[in-house]
Amino acid sequence: MTALSRIRNFSIIAHIDHGKSTLADRLLERTGAISERDMREQVLDDMDLERERGITIKANAVRIDYTAASGISYKLNIIDTPGHVDFSYEVSRSLEACEGALLVVDASQGVEAQTLANAYLAIEEGLEIIPVVNKIDLPAADPDRAAEELAAVLGGTPEEVIRVSAKTGLGIDELLEAVVDRLPPPDGVEDAPLRALVFDSFYDSYRGVVSSVRIVDGSISKRDAVQFMATGLDVDVDELGIRRPALEVVDHLATGEVGYLITGVKEIDLIRVGDTVTHTAKPTGQALPGYQEPKPMVFSGLFPTDGDEFERLREALDKLRLNDSSLVYQAETSRALGFGFRVGFLGLLHMEIVRERLEREYDLDLVATAPSVAYRANLMSGEQVWIRSPQDLPDVSSLASIEEPFVKVMIITPSEYIGTVMDLVQQRRGLMGEMTYLSPERAELHYRIPLAEIVFDFFDQLKTRTRGYASLDYEPDNYQASDLVRVNILLNGIPVDAFSTIVHRDKAYPYGKAMVGRLRELIPRQLFDVPIQAAIGTRIISRETIKAQRKDVTAKCYGGDITRKRKLLERQKEGKRRMKMVGQVEVPQEAFVAALKLET
Amino acid sequence: MSHELRAASCEPDSVELAEAAASWRSGYVHVPFCARRCPYCDFAVVAADEAGGGETERYVDALVAEIGMETAPFRLEAVNVGGGTPTRLQPAQLSRILETLDSRFGIAGGAEISIEANPEDWTDDVARTLRAVGFNRVSFGVQSLDPVVLAALGRLHTPEQAKDALNAARSAGFATINVDLIYGTPEESDASWRDSVDSVLDLEPEHLSAYALTVEGGTGLSRAVLAGAPAPDPDQQADRFEYVAAAADAAGLIRYEVSNWAAVGHACRYNLSTWMMGEYVAFGTGANDHRNGIRARNIRRLDAYVTRIEGGERPRSGSEHLEAFEAERERFMVGLRLVAGVDGGRIGRPFLESDDGRRLTEAGVIGTIEGRVVVRNPLLTDLVARSVLSVSANDC
Repeated sequence: MTALSRIRNFSIIAHIDHGKSTLADRLLERTGAISERDMREQVLDDMDLERERGITIKANAVRIDYTAASGISYKLNIIDTPGHVDFSYEVSRSLEACEGALLVVDASQGVEAQTLANAYLAIEEGLEIIPVVNKIDLPAADPDRAAEELAAVLGGTPEEVIRVSAKTGLGIDELLEAVVDRLPPPDGVEDAPLRALVFDSFYDSYRGVVSSVRIVDGSISKRDAVQFMATGLDVDVDELGIRRPALEVVDHLATGEVGYLITGVKEIDLIRVGDTVTHTAKPTGQALPGYQEPKPMVFSGLFPTDGDEFERLREALDKLRLNDSSLVYQAETSRALGFGFRVGFLGLLHMEIVRERLEREYDLDLVATAPSVAYRANLMSGEQVWIRSPQDLPDVSSLASIEEPFVKVMIITPSEYIGTVMDLVQQRRGLMGEMTYLSPERAELHYRIPLAEIVFDFFDQLKTRTRGYASLDYEPDNYQASDLVRVNILLNGIPVDAFSTIVHRDKAYPYGKAMVGRLRELIPRQLFDVPIQAAIGTRIISRETIKAQRKDVTAKCYGGDITRKRKLLERQKEGKRRMKMVGQVEVPQEAFVAALKLET
Repeated sequence: MSHELRAASCEPDSVELAEAAASWRSGYVHVPFCARRCPYCDFAVVAADEAGGGETERYVDALVAEIGMETAPFRLEAVNVGGGTPTRLQPAQLSRILETLDSRFGIAGGAEISIEANPEDWTDDVARTLRAVGFNRVSFGVQSLDPVVLAALGRLHTPEQAKDALNAARSAGFATINVDLIYGTPEESDASWRDSVDSVLDLEPEHLSAYALTVEGGTGLSRAVLAGAPAPDPDQQADRFEYVAAAADAAGLIRYEVSNWAAVGHACRYNLSTWMMGEYVAFGTGANDHRNGIRARNIRRLDAYVTRIEGGERPRSGSEHLEAFEAERERFMVGLRLVAGVDGGRIGRPFLESDDGRRLTEAGVIGTIEGRVVVRNPLLTDLVARSVLSVSANDC
């Protein structure tokens, strides 16, 4: 028996909350990789945020030793994948490092859209899939129905589905046997030039960039001179190791093995997920396929509430980027919000996570502008320009057309909610595609929708309308010209960049009216009448007026009252400090935040 | 008559009068008793049906004792007995208080000696007696001449009683009669406000105070508003202010502070001195004292106040001393309430040159006359004051 035949590399694909981390923990515990006493729940998820949200942001790989019923010992590498579609590129790289996957479905919930999307990704990568129904111990569990759904999706039989309870350990032995029996071993060439896939990369403040690698062909040793082929970086290997899950330094990683690699390089840009590592002296002629530059899909302006915090925000973004090469940003100046950054994200969850990390880990108080997408403007001159912020949009007279990104959306919903889901999608300019029934109770709906229509609150709306039962997944699907306009909001005649937006012409009026109405409530009265207008170009589509303030005086001031009156004014003045001047108009910080929460 | 007091014959809004007031010294005595508690009032008061509400004699004893504790007395050029409702005390009790003040401090000849009164307490008899014991100014809490508004404000007098009270004070020989009015009660209409103002001005008071109804925290009114009752509308109050300002002007009264009007020679000296950072002593529950740059305040609760004094201690509940810059800023902010404006001092120039100062000047809210900063739109005085608070010592 060769060394390769005793290796199994696999990942676990599951919807959020369907028990992926618990299952990984149970596998670790059952194989003795970790004692019950050391068991911290969900060992694989490192960051606090990951544990709180129950999702895995960065991939991780853990090796466990398993002696099968046949008496043969195996090295099993569990390669963890991010569960969310925002990270589908990272998912695909993680899957590339595997030969198989466990597709885990909650026995009470059944198949969800994200799970399915990742399962299809795995099938496309040629992975062998072991369907698993988890949480069979729960009273609400319906393992038979879940097994039938899985079989229908994967084209197998319900009998092939392994039933487990990661919580109680029921079925875990059977699952481990299935891993060694059903999943193929790696098929690399041991004496070929080194080809190692970087499937994860993160920054450690002491060690620099730490990369997770899968040795596809050849082998790698400590102190080898290697090259990262996409970036052309030549560097020596400082350290090799594996996680069990504790770090264990090794001298050597052989074909088919998975481990980590440290070079001392500090710039994460130089060691990117998807890159191929080879030996400098004896390079491979063929890099592994599939490397992609990270591609931001959603953009938002991030501004510190306190203008003095701009530099701290820059430092925080720089630090986050060390760990997240998909994060892109450039400085942006807003007349209303001051200095900040236009930040590109892989998707909405990515945006939310970055914002939360900035606020939580770096103690920043941020104003985020409404998320937008990258539009493509075709100019009369034939030139094409990217529009990442409404301010970038050239004057209408020079515009031939504007294209917007579309996405293919898959929604899985209980049948009873199909009507309301269709209604929602129609409101969002969605075009209906196929609809198939997974079972009489559940349907899979396909749509094509402008990305801009789902970046705001589509997911929330979907959840509300289906009482939380529907699930959603999407993938990019080309650009297409649409009848888009920029709606400007003018305060006292001055356009306020933070409130302007690009929308479909049919939605310009409702947006303008709602924003103008909201601002009239949020902006306090000033020394003079302040008109608030919504405009497309020079055409005003909505208008309200904040009447001038007439009375701001304490009627009575007597000797005994002076201290109290002064303190009252001081407290009121503190509120004034959080005002931003827009032209001659004082706008409270809260107005920006509240107005941008506007739902249209 | 002293040199300073002669200044009292100046126009109420004159710079000369305001500057003279800065050096006057005055005294305040608080009488907390009331027949009942008005829903808008947040002063230290005790209603007749509340604990201690009937114990006036014990309170007057305490007041007299507190005045007697004074270690550094000065001559008083104005005395104000306020409340509460001072006329809940017997004239003899009020007389005893004045005598004690005079013997301990000395009340200047020609001093303004003022008392606050509710119309329903003010008979011809009371008027004559109080005039005889030395009061020369009376301030009536008339508030409105509309019975609906009076009821909403919890006042016990009728419009007729208010008129009678003024006539009684006139007959008794009070030199200055003030009428307090409150505008902007939600139950009040434009017409009822015009009637109240016109009728009061027909009675020819020498002094008029017109205050916008203010919802103070912790009052019955504030609880009602929180529970959904209508709150005073600031725009409506602005209209009402404009009406009273025009009517008072037509009647020959001169506005000299945000909410106060007087005929020549009848500006309230006690109030002027407090607005000009003059020194004053104060006695009674919740009373505030200002001397040597220190503001000290008394305990508000009646029983605690009395007990403390009976134990031989001064009934202070706290004090604050303002740093030089803070004191200067306070002088400036409070002075802005005067029509005469306030001397720029250290703070005037940096304020006028600040962003806020420029905007306010440009909008015509403030202006300058001979080194004094003047608020031209009194209804926005707090807006100006908050901008002054943004000026720091480093700017000066």
